[in-house]
Amino acid sequence: MRGNRRSLRHLSQNSTNSDVGPPTHQRVRSAGSPSCIIQTLWAKKPIKKMTAQEVRLCGLLLQEHFGEVVERIGTHLLRGGAQNLRTIANETNTPLDLVKKSLCVLVQHGVCDFGSGRRGPGSPVEYRGNCERVLRILRYPRYIYTAKTLYGDTGELIVEEVLQRGHMTMSNTVKTVADRLTHNMEEGRSMEYSEVVSSFSKLVETHFLQRCPPVAETATAAPSATPATHRTPASVTPPTAESNPDCYKLPPVTLTGRGKRRRSSDDGEEPGGVKKAKMDSESCGDEGIYWQVNFERFHQHFRDQAIISAVASKLDQTSSEIVRTMLRMSEVTTTPTAAYTQPLSANEIFRSLPPNYSISRPILDQYLSLLVDDPMEFVGKSGDSGGGMYVVNLHRALANLARATLESVVQERFGSRSARIFRLLLRKRHLEQKQVEDFAMIPAKEAKDMLYTLLSENLVQLQEIPKTPDHAPSRTFYLYTVNQLPTARLLLQHCYKTVANLIERRLFETKENKRLLEKSQRIEAILASLQASGAEPEQLTEVEEMITAPERQQLEALRHHINKLDSTENQVDETIFLLESYIISTKSK
Amino acid sequence: MTHQLAAMAGRGRGRGRGQMTFNLEDVGIGRGDSLPPTTFKPSPLFPAMSVQPVPLQTGEEVEYMLALKQELRAATKNLPFYIRRAANKRDVDRYSDKYQSGEPKDSTIEWSPDWSRLPKELCIKVRKPQGKKPIPQVKRLKKPLVGKEEILMKLETLEKKEEAVNSEEEEDDEKKKTNQEEEQAEEEDYEEDFEEDTDYIMSYFDNGEEFGGDSDENMDEATY
Repeated sequence: MRGNRRSLRHLSQNSTNSDVGPPTHQRVRSAGSPSCIIQTLWAKKPIKKMTAQEVRLCGLLLQEHFGEVVERIGTHLLRGGAQNLRTIANETNTPLDLVKKSLCVLVQHGVCDFGSGRRGPGSPVEYRGNCERVLRILRYPRYIYTAKTLYGDTGELIVEEVLQRGHMTMSNTVKTVADRLTHNMEEGRSMEYSEVVSSFSKLVETHFLQRCPPVAETATAAPSATPATHRTPASVTPPTAESNPDCYKLPPVTLTGRGKRRRSSDDGEEPGGVKKAKMDSESCGDEGIYWQVNFERFHQHFRDQAIISAVASKLDQTSSEIVRTMLRMSEVTTTPTAAYTQPLSANEIFRSLPPNYSISRPILDQYLSLLVDDPMEFVGKSGDSGGGMYVVNLHRALANLARATLESVVQERFGSRSARIFRLLLRKRHLEQKQVEDFAMIPAKEAKDMLYTLLSENLVQLQEIPKTPDHAPSRTFYLYTVNQLPTARLLLQHCYKTVANLIERRLFETKENKRLLEKSQRIEAILASLQASGAEPEQLTEVEEMITAPERQQLEALRHHINKLDSTENQVDETIFLLESYIISTKSK
Repeated sequence: MTHQLAAMAGRGRGRGRGQMTFNLEDVGIGRGDSLPPTTFKPSPLFPAMSVQPVPLQTGEEVEYMLALKQELRAATKNLPFYIRRAANKRDVDRYSDKYQSGEPKDSTIEWSPDWSRLPKELCIKVRKPQGKKPIPQVKRLKKPLVGKEEILMKLETLEKKEEAVNSEEEEDDEKKKTNQEEEQAEEEDYEEDFEEDTDYIMSYFDNGEEFGGDSDENMDEATY
């Protein structure tokens, strides 16, 4: 049944490779803290505090993808911080083998990492869960679809395989993808390995794929109590992928061959082919070099897309093309958490505009000044040399997008007049009750009502300003205020809760109709086998009639509900991305 | 000043339920305004919505991502990373268990991770699928011959027989290695009936415990 619903050639590539900038030298990263001098224990690294909603959502995602056993272990790790193997086994009441298996799965997918324990290199290995990585599972379809728009079906399958397996070697990926592509091609044609390799290398050059970080030596080697190990200061902070200088270097192997078509029925015809497949599975020379998806790069791409579409809807298509050009030029020179891009001169921008957008130089200058004057402040002017130096205000743009999201949420839930009050408070910061009524031009009674509703939902806060030291109520100002950052965090938690509810509802619906679903699956299997063995139409209709009409209706309704729930999850994930990006960008300012 | 506040607090308690620490008028609730009724129970589980939610986005992109999501979900169930708990031991060990094991019973892992990237303590044996099936097959075919030879030529050619058996087995091993791939390919076809060298079809071992679960029709006919 796989691959039936989406035909691989169905969608065309809308954005060309010119979207993603030219691959050049690596970015210069600022030096991290000198941890080699100070012996910081790995387990003492501050853990991001996790909320109950996040843990619940992570549990559901783990359960869907890896089963209940892994879910129990994973949730325990996420809740409890760093723990060693025995503790996990005892506290979750799971047999040791299952715990080991689950930890292998979690480490394979990057959800869990391990390091030496609290008491130094001699203590048992401790494992720690990574909540953010689990939440990325929600975004897999978006990553795969983006790879498809940028690099076609080959890119799509490469990213899909690497996501599903956690991390893979290049040779393994190329073989699997070639086989899958061959399977979907017509008879007699097969996919060359070289094509897949070229897509793979393009993904690596533009940093969408990266090498897995090397594992810290102290953790895997057997702990030995020799004096030598004690003296060497262990920098036990786990190495990130970016700290490896070879992060984006392809392994020097050449893979030749074509994809193999998996034939289930006729083995006698190709004994040679089967033998060759076995021999190819031997080593290809790139053992130990594993590749993983670089989520940060994808997020950068999503952020750029969001900014470009915001400009397009606020101004016009040409302005969005100019902003797109600017972002493309700054891809390799800007760190992901920068507040604004490096300054670009108008001359450079003019030279880098795509050829089909031939606007004259004065028009470009006019567009740039329009962008700078726009109240949204997408683009800022940072100097006058070279015809004017312009930057894209990334943080400002993200803040605006988050604000628009908040306003839209208030509008859809409470009405446009409440939204007016909300926007007013965002702009004017602190307002008294009376001032709110006056500025929003809403009668007093209704304004009061709306304010109290917003207050009870925690979207608006009350701030007391005392006139006298004793805080007497009659002599205190009570001002209403909205803080964007805490409100964004609140909404983000709501989003997590929403997605968790959606998943639970979907599981409930599936469980309710389990019997019917199993029956329909069995009948489909029977139909498929009958068709394969060439049965007459009467037999097929007879089998089809085993599902009665009301059952068919029920199945249809179930399918419709599940599609709706899934689609909603995808859409809420877009909001989650925006809010998360805004919060991260604000924190790192 | 503190004893004034304490006195005020003492005075407020007990007498007059509506006393609060701040002036109601400043917040905006004037005298004589009707407040919403006090709630006595938690809010309903599915409260009536005053506004309907905005309809979902539609379009090619959305449909494609939906299909992707559902396919990914279905695919992950078949990957070796999906760990199921071992089946519970039932009260009596049944003979059919040997041929009907669907779930993993032992502590092996179905995929082979790179052990150099994992701590030593996590190392588990990797389960080899279709490990040694051709070997017992071929040996068994040769054994009756060997038995006959032993009966026929007992004492004198005992050493020669052993050598012959060893060399035959060595030849078998070589033949096995070259034939293994082809046999494995063929085996996949009739694996359903041919697992673990029994002569019976797998459904022979259905012990009737799953029977009768689905068809609730035809209950009027008695089953014998």
